[in-house]
Formats: sequence, C-alpha cells, structure tokens
Amino acid sequence: MTIDEIRKEFPALSTKVYGKDLVYFDNAATSQRPISVIEKWNEISVNSNANIHRAVHYLSSQATESYEQARDCIRDFINASSREEIVFTSGATASINLVAYSFGEACISSGDEVIVAQDGHHSNIVPWQLMCRRKDAVLRVLPVDDNGNLELEELAGMLNVRTKIVAVSHISNVLGIIHPIRKIVEICHSKGVPVLVDGAQGIVHCKVDVKELGCDFYVFSGHKMYAAPGTGVLYGKKKWLDLLPPFLSGGEMVGKVSFSGTTFAPVPLKFEAGTQNFAGVPTFVPAVETALSFREAECRAREDAIKAYLYDKLLNNNKIHLFGIPHSLEDKIPLFSFVVDGAHHEDLALILDKMGVAVRSGQMCAEPLMDRFGVTGMLRVSLAPYNTMEEVEFFLKSLDRAISMVV
Amino acid sequence: MVSLKEAEDAIVEEFSMFDEWLDKYEYLISLGKNLEAYPEEKRTDERLIKGCQSRVWLDCEYKDGFIYMSADSDAIITKGIISLLVDLYSGRTPQEILSSDFSVVDRIGLRENLSPTRANGLVSMIDRIREVASAASGRF
Repeated sequence: MTIDEIRKEFPALSTKVYGKDLVYFDNAATSQRPISVIEKWNEISVNSNANIHRAVHYLSSQATESYEQARDCIRDFINASSREEIVFTSGATASINLVAYSFGEACISSGDEVIVAQDGHHSNIVPWQLMCRRKDAVLRVLPVDDNGNLELEELAGMLNVRTKIVAVSHISNVLGIIHPIRKIVEICHSKGVPVLVDGAQGIVHCKVDVKELGCDFYVFSGHKMYAAPGTGVLYGKKKWLDLLPPFLSGGEMVGKVSFSGTTFAPVPLKFEAGTQNFAGVPTFVPAVETALSFREAECRAREDAIKAYLYDKLLNNNKIHLFGIPHSLEDKIPLFSFVVDGAHHEDLALILDKMGVAVRSGQMCAEPLMDRFGVTGMLRVSLAPYNTMEEVEFFLKSLDRAISMVV
Repeated sequence: MVSLKEAEDAIVEEFSMFDEWLDKYEYLISLGKNLEAYPEEKRTDERLIKGCQSRVWLDCEYKDGFIYMSADSDAIITKGIISLLVDLYSGRTPQEILSSDFSVVDRIGLRENLSPTRANGLVSMIDRIREVASAASGRF
C-alpha cells in the first residue's frame, strides 16, 4: 500500500487542529484507528449489542461469537498454545494488576523478591510495589546503563532462591529500545524464575511469538495497536493461569455459587468477571489485520528510512540531548525522547501543539527513569507507519522555531 | 490601584488583540522572562507545587491586611501566566482575592494550561492563593 492509501484508512489523520494540518506523533500513547476498526465497533453496536456468554437469544450469541473470534485471532497473532491462554482485560495496566495480585496471593511469602526494571512504565512498577507491601516482599530494580540498555550482566547475580518473578518491558515507552526478551527469559528460567513482559509497545512494533520468547506472561493494550480503547490482553501460560486465584470476582467467572462457597469457571473466564467490553474486544480482529499489513516489506522499509533520518537529525543536533541509544538502530523503534538545553519540555510541547504537532511531554509514567537521567521530564515523539517524511520535516522545522521562541 | 475586576478585564482585552496562538505565547514568554527574580531562599519544597509537567514555586505573605506574592516556574510559558497572576493578585486584600472566580485564565484562552488532568502546577497555584486568602480572612 502507498502511504496515501494507508492514510485514507485513518480518518483522524485528516483532522485540523487550530486550523492546521494535524501531525500526530503521540502514537506510543494511543494510535489512531482505521475505518475497519471503527466499522467493527459500529457493527456490534448496531447488530449485536447484547451481553455475551449468558443469554440464549440471537443477539447475545452473535455478540459472543464476535468476542470469542477475537480470542482465536489473538491466539494466532501471538502464537499462544491455546485460546485458554488469552484473557481479555481493559488494558495492559489491568493485565499487570491481575497478575501482580493473583501471583502474589499464590506464590509470594514474606521476604520473597520481585524484580522490575528501571525503565519500567509505572504500570509495571506500582502494582508490584503494592503487592510487595501487602506480602512483605522485596522489590528489586534491574538498572539501565547511560544509553538506556538494560544491564543484563547484573540480572543473573540478582536472581536467588527468594526471587519469585521478573517483570520487564519488551520495549521501553520512553527509550524505545527493544529488550532481548529471549535472553532475559533464558537467564530467569535457568534459575526457575518466571517472567512477565509488558508488551504495550512491543506488540505494535515486533513480531511477537510467545512460544519463541518463552515468557510466562505477555500483556498489551488494544488502543496502542489500532483497536478500541478499554481493551487489553493478558497472555499467560496455562499452567500459571490454572494455578493463580481469581482477581476480580462476580458474574461470569463462577462455576457454582452458594452461600457456603463458590467454585470458579475454568480459564480464561475465571479472570473475566463482570460484563466484558464486548463492543471493543472484537475490534482486535481488524486491528490485527492492520498491524500485520504494517509488517509487510514495503511499509517496513518506509518506516525504517524515516526512523533512521529522524534519529540522525536528533542525535546530531547539538541543542538536543537524546535518550535511548541502542547498540544497533534495529533495536530501536521510531520513538525518540529528548531534552533541549535551556528549554522546558512543557513549553516546547505547548508551542508544537499550536503548530499542529501532537507530541508527549513530561515524565511519561516513568518517574524513576527520569530520576535515573536527572531530568524532570522529556519530550517524546513516537511515530506510526502512517506518518510521513514530510511530517518529520515539518516537525523538525517546528521544533527549531519552538526552541528559538523559548530560548 | 484599579479594582481587581477592572485589572482582570484589562488583561482579557489585551489578549483579545492576539489572533494567533503563537503570538499569545510570544507575549507570555516575554512576561515570563521579565518576571521579578524569585528569592533563592524561598525555593523550598514547602513552596513547590509539583506537577507532571512544569514546577511552580509560590510564596505568599500576609502583611498589614494585604497578601503579597512572589512566584516562579521552570517553564517559561507557565512563568508568563504566573506573572499575570502575581500582577493581578499580589498586594490585594484577602476579600478582593476571594471575590475573584479566577476565570481570567479561562477568558484569555489558556484553559488547557489549567486543566487539572494535565497535573499542571497552575491549578494548584490558584488553589493555594485561594487557601491563603481564605485563611487570612478567617474563613476556612
């Protein structure tokens, strides 16, 4: 597909902001949605709006079918062993909260250790912190080096008999560096420690094969991969999902309920209490199609060229300090966070916004990482395959102008 | 001294002359750059209003029936808005301050700078000015 053909599929891209053409460079927070996803949502709302799994009537069975088709679609997309390993949640954050709670209940005792990474999103830090507080366990931190790469040589030394789980991101939402998940899993598994991978960025930019990665849990959100907001996935190896107790309880997740006790439904329904997002989850099907089409060679080549160009421009601008320097550019996605000498990230983001350029500024839900680099925040641009070289040029010019206004 | 209401209206009128957003920002940036230097000994954690974006330091002093303020921010546009607020509210009586609805920032089109979801220090700054005025006037 040509870039114009792709852009036509994403109506939001032709939005005008303050009378100017929108340049949307905040894709790591939320990607725009293609017409196919919007139509899927509409179709469910119009033709099969009914609660899933419960009723025997026609609309309900249609809705249930669409919802369960999405489960098969995700199983294939990430190459899980079975559909039982796919739990739908409201997003990556909900998925991690589920695991942190349920894993904590089943597997953590006083004095046990949990390892998170210094470049983790708050969503992959705080749920573990709360669980550790509840269980009187110890949270340990795998550091990143000055370039933002995980210090993997430290990992083996940190693992011990008290280590119960390691939670890392596939790709840092601030640094855009792709972590060597297979290697991390190998190191952890050699000591019998399971691994949870926050794939919120990874699922968008990498081919994810959970069997090949070997991780025990892989979580992601729908809204960053072109699907409806309020949708998410928890992949868990079946042995873990069977072992873990329920997180939320209520309707749908039960086997038999009586006042003397309750049994639970088998996985995955054990973890899907209450009315699920039955209008949103089916949008995973067209969203996955979009994601797969973006992995075709033509699209990849275009994206790689833009990435290399922007990386070079930012890296070689002496006013700009770029964070997240990969060993090789192949290990980085088109996501760049930086600070500008003498200019506050908020000022630059406000001015860029008025020029039509949407970027992210602040701590990006990674305050410990900001502390690691001694900054109060950064400016982040994150691109998607529908972004163009012209937009990159416009952004660079706008950034220059914004800097000259502020400094 | 003109009344607070008049001063607020004057600022709204001044901003109505700018058609372009970037001109508004240019103006705020120049105000920010000219804001009276904030006393370093007052750059303390108690006076810091921390947000996800910019940080704001605010010092309020109640003396002889008037509230005097000095403030600073690490971001220059926020500092420009602070400069407007200090001009408007410093040296006023608590009653005068409490009579304001602080809608001036809204009326000059800077609402997004005040959105509480942005965790911007400005919302907290206005809250703190109100608190100080409220405490000084004996109303809690």
